[in-house]
Amino acid sequence: MSETVFYILSGFILVFSILTVTSRKILRTAVYLLFVLLGTCGIYFAMDFNFLAAVQLTVYAGGIVVIIIFSIMLTSDLQDKLEAVQFRKIFFSLLAVLIGAAVCITTILNHSFPQITDKVLDSSMRTIGLRLLSYNEGGFVLPFEIISILLLAAIIGSIIIAKKADSN
Amino acid sequence: METGVSIQHFMVLSTLMFFIGVYGFLTRKNLITILLSVELILNSVNINFVAFNKFLYPENLGGHFFAMFVIAVAATEVSVAIAIIISLYRKLKMIDVENVNEMKY
Repeated sequence: MSETVFYILSGFILVFSILTVTSRKILRTAVYLLFVLLGTCGIYFAMDFNFLAAVQLTVYAGGIVVIIIFSIMLTSDLQDKLEAVQFRKIFFSLLAVLIGAAVCITTILNHSFPQITDKVLDSSMRTIGLRLLSYNEGGFVLPFEIISILLLAAIIGSIIIAKKADSN
Repeated sequence: METGVSIQHFMVLSTLMFFIGVYGFLTRKNLITILLSVELILNSVNINFVAFNKFLYPENLGGHFFAMFVIAVAATEVSVAIAIIISLYRKLKMIDVENVNEMKY
């Protein structure tokens, strides 16, 4: 992937991330999050992970954001703004965040990562399917099955939590 | 490979996104906006996993599958969290964290 594409995508992602955490209209924050997820999807496409990009589009952008927008409409009044954050809270949060980011970025930039050029990435659909259902070295069938049980448990749990309490 | 982008670029991008998410997590009061910040954090971690897979371990797809499982766990987390938020809204008629301090019925 060329540097120009990377910088355009990352600028897009960062601008909309900042808007997501600072906007005071609650429905707009969800829409800005949608743009962040689309930018991430573009990064996956540029890195040749086509299947993961498709999963990102369908599950995140298509599923999660729609659920969040529905719940915003159920629980909030779309006209009024969120209350402004106190200056003290902004100051200390910003301090903590900047210190953390500075520590992480200096560590990343000072660490020398090995250059691997002799192996090529194979992210074709056939390889993904074989790896996902293989129980040999490098196979992922156990977490795949556990995720299916987790999804079932989450469906049942969220129905039980969200149903009316007094309807026997 | 004509890539001019190294792994450091992706890691700096995901670090910035992660800490923007942390900032939102610390300053927001509404439960749904806190949930959105958590989604930002999870998404930045996914970029990291995929970049490690691409640049350091291209021979197997470990980071790719980890990112997929993170997406699945994020979906379940959002569905359960929104069920909790909706049932809280039924009881208290608002969803600000400062006021939701009663766990008993």
